[in-house]
This record gives sequence, C-alpha cells and structure tokens, in this order.
Amino acid sequence: MTIGVKVLDRPIEEVSYVRATLKGMALTFKHLVDPHKVTVQYPEEKWDLSPRWRGTHRMLTTEDGKSKCVACGLCPTVCPANCIKLVPGEDEQGNRYPLVFEIDEFRCIFCGYCQEVCPEEAIHLGRHYENAEYSRDKFVYDLERLSTQTHPVCEMWDPADPKGE
Amino acid sequence: MIALVPLIPLFQVADPQLPATEGVFLIGTVVKMLIVFSVYMVGVAMLTLAERKISAWIQDRHGPNRVGYGWLQPAADGVKNIMKEETYPGTANLPLFVLAPAISFIPAMITWAVIPFASPLPTPWGRIDMVVADLPVGFLFCLAISSLGVYGIVLAGWSSNNKYALLGGLRSSAQMISYEIAMGMATVCVLLLSGNVSISAIIQQQATMGWNVFLLSIAFFIFLVASFAETNRLPFDLPEAESELVAGYHTEYSAMKFSLFFIAEYANMVTASALITSLFFGGWDIPFTQWDNLPPFTVLKTILTLGAFLTKVLFFLFFFMWIRWTVPRFRYDQLMSLGWKLMLPLALAYITIIGTVVLVLDRAGIARGPMFGAILFGMNVVLVVLLFVVLDRGRIVSPAYSRLDREEVARLRNMSLGKSTLAEKKV
Repeated sequence: MTIGVKVLDRPIEEVSYVRATLKGMALTFKHLVDPHKVTVQYPEEKWDLSPRWRGTHRMLTTEDGKSKCVACGLCPTVCPANCIKLVPGEDEQGNRYPLVFEIDEFRCIFCGYCQEVCPEEAIHLGRHYENAEYSRDKFVYDLERLSTQTHPVCEMWDPADPKGE
Repeated sequence: MIALVPLIPLFQVADPQLPATEGVFLIGTVVKMLIVFSVYMVGVAMLTLAERKISAWIQDRHGPNRVGYGWLQPAADGVKNIMKEETYPGTANLPLFVLAPAISFIPAMITWAVIPFASPLPTPWGRIDMVVADLPVGFLFCLAISSLGVYGIVLAGWSSNNKYALLGGLRSSAQMISYEIAMGMATVCVLLLSGNVSISAIIQQQATMGWNVFLLSIAFFIFLVASFAETNRLPFDLPEAESELVAGYHTEYSAMKFSLFFIAEYANMVTASALITSLFFGGWDIPFTQWDNLPPFTVLKTILTLGAFLTKVLFFLFFFMWIRWTVPRFRYDQLMSLGWKLMLPLALAYITIIGTVVLVLDRAGIARGPMFGAILFGMNVVLVVLLFVVLDRGRIVSPAYSRLDREEVARLRNMSLGKSTLAEKKV
C-alpha cells in the first residue's frame, strides 16, 4: 500500500528552533511597528473599479426617457445563463420595444455577452458592486429598475488598448 | 451597640510601618479583593482588544476601529455574547457542561490572590501588604491551583459528547500534565536560590541577588515554554487546534459560556505573566536600585513599584501575543517529545547544576548577595551559549525536525515510490 508521504530531507545541522523563532519574531515585530497598513477602510474609502468591471446591469435610455432597447431578442438568445426575459411589443409606428425586460441577477454570470451583442448599445453591465437587498425577489431587475439605475457602465474593452494587452 | 464596643480597639490608629491590626487587615483584604478583581476583569476584557489589535498590526491590518474607535470593542463583544442563544447539545451531560467554563475560569483568578503586586502601603491604621493573601506557601498554592484549570477543559471536552471536543480535552490533559512537570522542575531552581516558597520571599531574594532570569536563565526558558503550554496558547494550542478539531474542547459551546473559556484563557495568560514576573523578573522590584525594597515604606514607593510590576506583566502579555502571531502550531508528537525528551531532562540536569553550584558557593563562604549572583550569571551565560548556539543544531532544541531518523526517512521514501518494504520481504 503506497501512500504519498512527502518527506523533506532537512539537513539536521542547519535546523534550529530557538534561533528560527527569534528570527520570526524579529520579522513580525517589524510588521507590527510598520505604519503601512493594507486595509481599505471600506465605507469611507473604496477601490477604483476597472473600466472593464462587470457588475449589475443598466439599460441606457434615449433623451426622451425611453429605453434604447428595440426588443430584437439577441440578448436572451446569447445569454448562457438564460437569465434575461424579454417580451417584445410594437407601437403604432411599427417600432418594437420591450413590454417586459427582466434580468435575474442571481442567475446572471456577468459574462457581458448581452452588452457585446446588443446592436443598439442599450443593455450594459455596470461598474457597481453594492447590491444588497432584503429579499431574493428584489434581485430580478425589471425594465424600470434597469433604466433608472445611474451607476457608470462597463466599457467591455479599453479604447486605448483594444486588444486587451 | 454593646456588641460593637470590643471591635473599636481593632481599628485603632497604629504605626504606618507596622502590620495592621486584625480589623483593618480584614477590611483591607476585602477592599484589595474588590479592586484586584475589578482591575483584573477589565484588564482581561481589554486584552481581547489588545490581542486583536496586535494580530492586526502584525498582519499589516488596522484591527477593530469602529466601536468607539476600537476602545469599546470588548463591550460590544460582551453584549453580543450575552444576547446570543445558549445552545445545549441533546446528548451532553448538562451539569458538567455548565460547570466546565466556570472550572476553567475560577482557578486562573484565584491564583492571583498570592501574587504581590507592589511594595507595602503605609496607612494611618498600619502597614498593608499589597497582596490579597500573602500565603506562606504562596508558590505551591499557585502550582496547585493552576493545574486545576485542566479539569475545566477536560470536563468541557468530555461532557459535550462530541468527538472533536473529547479529542481536544484529551490532548489538553496530556499536554498540561506533561508540561506541568517541566514547569515544576524549573521552579525548583528558584526555590533553591530563595530557600522559601513564599512569593514575597522570592521577590526579596531577587532584589538582593539579582533577577532570577539572569541567575537561572535556562529555568526561565523552560518555565516560559511550559507556561505557553499551560495556557494553551500558540504554539501549543493543540486542545483548540481549529484546523484539526473544529474548535477543540469548546466546539459545542455558544454565547457567554464560550466567551468564558476565552476569558479563562486570557486570565491564565495574566496569571502566567504575573508568575513569570514574580519568579524570574523580580516582581515589583525596580531594577538597579535598592531604594524601593527597604523600609520606611511610602505611598510613592507603592505607586512606583506597582508601575514596575504592571510594566513587566504587560510586557509578558505582549510577548504571549507576539509569539502567537509568529509561530505556527506544533504537531502532537513534536509537542510530546519536546515536553518529555527535552524539557524534562533539561530541567533535571539544570537542577543538578544549580544545586551543585549553590552548594559549592555556600561552602566557599560566599554570602548570598551580588557576588553570588554574578558568579551564577557568568555560569549561565556559558550554559545558554552551549545550549542555544552549539547544541541547537537539530540535535536538541529542534522539534521542527521530526522524530524520524535517516533510515526511517529512507524507508518512507521507498514506500512513496511504491517500493514497500513489506512487499520486498514477501519477495
């Protein structure tokens, strides 16, 4: 019966305990008195998010307040998590618009395909991470919520570095 | 009123430099108990904050800084623990389950009764010793009571009816008993020098001869290591061992009972620090001066010696925490081999050496004073260099190197390569 025991071959002459402990104590003491601390004091300080940060969605609107979505159906088709629910409608002039547009943020895997595939640049992922809610059903974002959120949106790719280098 | 009349002579104004009368002694003791208990409990609460702050700073973090800029964190923790639900495992032995936290907590507190924390205080009613109870057997009392603490942990582990808790309890009993022997042996050297088990006498001896840490360095080292094991602090926190035993003996405890185990741990730390201070660092003695040890005693002396004592105790508390956030946990066999194969023989050998030296010096007619101390100190420098520089090369002080010898290592290597020695024998 073979067990994968890894046995370190320590040269006994160099192994010590007391001196090694003292060395370790010197190191920890150096950190103890070091005024540089790495903690970010969260509610007061926040990290700068990357322009490519993919967070909860936003639906962009035209200047008259309507959503830019034309209900083409590409985003529910491309969505790998199947989290977008879209019911298209049509007005008197024959313009398509979404009757229902819901994103289940719990199902969403934040891949960003919906933003990439959107021909109207309507649906966007957001540079945003403070998503706490009091109940699970609040995480199904409807069209109104998607349109009224104001956080900055994801750029998907950096214009200065289009190849992602 | 008539019954009170005979009491009046008990409270008469007396010479401040002489021991107080019985009545004053009684009231003074009660007052001392109240003060020591309150300071001790507040101190223990603040130690939890200190531990979190020190751990944070060592890890380049800030630590608790929200509740009252961090200062009220112990109060917040206390309130939280009291508000939480007490859970009782269905199969636990309830009376012992409830009793165990108290058993682990009370001995740690009682030990403080015999530790002198300042020079005597002169009052208009006579001199009052700055120790709750100056027992003639003070030090033996400390050893006896502090070893009771293990019962709390063992009972907690056993009564929980949980395998991890039981393992934690078993480990702690084995560990604490093993290290108690080394600890007791280390203190025999102290007793050889002081010739008395009263802690006040030990402090007086150090005031005249020099601190025991210089006279008995190796005994100090053994005592220090053993007190880490006795208080279940890293690197000897095997009873808790989160990575192996969930939370060890207090796995099943919740709310304030869980908190009580923590209070007990910190209380044990304070007691261990005070003992190290009293036995090896001169107690309330202010170094480089004899002024504080000699009568007449004044209030100023009491305050200054109290400051000296607290400084030393706080340093050792810091040292406990410093070690905790530096050294990782020992493996169980390493712990046992360190205790039995290194600490115990070392302590016995050291007793022999110290006993011989003391005997020779006494025969040579050298009085027990600074000269006596200087000779012992010189000998200790040699011994410490021998032990930690020459012998500490993987030969003696090296539990990091396992008990495997070279043949064993070779055998294990072959096994992991698929060449089992058993299989070879069959062929």
